[in-house]
Amino acid sequence: MVPEDIYGRASMAKPTTKYSAWNLFRQGMSHTPWTRVWDHHELKSSYDVVIIGGGVHGLATAYYLARNHGITDVAIVEKSYIGSGGSGRNTAIVRSNYLTSEGSRFYDRSVKLYEGLADDVNFNVMFEQRGHMTLAHSDASLRTMRWRAEVNKLEGIDSSVISPEAIKELAPYLDVTDHPRYPILGALWHPPGGIIRHDAVVWGYARAANAMGAHIHQETEVTGIDVADGRVTAVQTSRGPIATETVINCTAGWASLVAAMAGVTLPITTRPLQAAVTEPVKAFLHPVIVSGSLHTYVSQTSRGELVFGASVDPFASYSTRGSLEFTTGLATHVLELMPAIANMRMLRQWAGLCDMTPDFGPIIGPTPVEGFYVDVGWGTYGFKAGPVAGESVADMIANGRPGELIETFGLDRFESGTLTAEKGAAAVGH
Amino acid sequence: MLVILCPNCGPRNSDEFTYQGELRSRPDVNATDPAEWRRYLYMRSNEAGWVSERWFHVSGCRRYLLIERNNVSNEIRDVEVVGGEQA
Repeated sequence: MVPEDIYGRASMAKPTTKYSAWNLFRQGMSHTPWTRVWDHHELKSSYDVVIIGGGVHGLATAYYLARNHGITDVAIVEKSYIGSGGSGRNTAIVRSNYLTSEGSRFYDRSVKLYEGLADDVNFNVMFEQRGHMTLAHSDASLRTMRWRAEVNKLEGIDSSVISPEAIKELAPYLDVTDHPRYPILGALWHPPGGIIRHDAVVWGYARAANAMGAHIHQETEVTGIDVADGRVTAVQTSRGPIATETVINCTAGWASLVAAMAGVTLPITTRPLQAAVTEPVKAFLHPVIVSGSLHTYVSQTSRGELVFGASVDPFASYSTRGSLEFTTGLATHVLELMPAIANMRMLRQWAGLCDMTPDFGPIIGPTPVEGFYVDVGWGTYGFKAGPVAGESVADMIANGRPGELIETFGLDRFESGTLTAEKGAAAVGH
Repeated sequence: MLVILCPNCGPRNSDEFTYQGELRSRPDVNATDPAEWRRYLYMRSNEAGWVSERWFHVSGCRRYLLIERNNVSNEIRDVEVVGGEQA
């Protein structure tokens, strides 16, 4: 029987066609449709591993489980479509210039994986390493940037403090005079940072994980997690139960609610973060510009739109509605940086849900419930960590314990009081 | 935009308030242990739907308020001054 997808179309059970110039030509001449990027599968009654959340973290975990450890009896259950949450709502910035050694090491691995991702999964993820520039508007932030640059250099990461003259050369439209209320005194310059096509990352991982045997179940909502004698036994979904001994919570926004199904409480508060995009214009802004004091970051996409992001909203909410305060605040701040764009029109704004933790570090590791793992608490820095989180979680599942890169990010740190100190390196003030 | 009907000041934009988080019960400081205290400090139920939370009217009457808000729809159904008294 040929299985049907959620829209009733028969799924083609052909092997995945490799994306190459030759196949593009051949496919164009043959007038046959491309094979589906990922297949539709019936929900099996049991899987070795069930991953909750079909975003970059969940899909990357499935991919590395199959590629690095040969674990392919894996289901990814997603209540909407893949990449519909934080993976499709972030501002697609990738960088590794964090404040702590463990943070820098971790994100540097992610940048390295992103650099090789297009070849790795045979999907053009359009990673553009245009450089990432964090502006300093006060002596205090200049001092923090020197500190960050030194920590980064020790970890072998390209990162340095540059002068307003050098800033002007890299981004001529920035106002580096002493006229603005918050004049630009210097910047932390991080050449390997840049932007990437976030949907392509999701699709690339989905296609590669699917090709190696993982089952992607979209429109499948988790409604409960069965625990017996402190062990996970099954996941209840809107399409039926799945018996399993390993469940990974890879959700953002709903992390607390999913964990509560297994009886696990998390130190998370969910807050929306809003972003906006302008009409497309000719390329004029090459690097990614971040200003902590002005609570904003901006980059120009390859299509020419300016993408802006801000800090999280001032109160907790599960709502993804935009607010007027955000738009007016953003416009005011951005014009402080680049007065020349005053006449550009905004196309749209949106919000994504950010799971904020007390120390602005993620939570990766086992929980008091055996077999129930979390990869959550990704705040405003989850997308850029997708590959390394997937690789580390897959390694943890295969080896039964967290590896060196993630051992400081366990849930138990909130019980023992050994919090991480990453707050100073969040892109904009929280 | 969120409008909060302050019992002292009337309807005001949420910009005037600071959000203090969900309502939690504080353990007795003389009887607690570090693990319980850290649970109180860090752990949150973070429920979706109707929640009770504390806000501070920083640019208004400067009183703490107990607000019942639906954090999915951002609807507010009850605002009380903490302690019940009004300025």
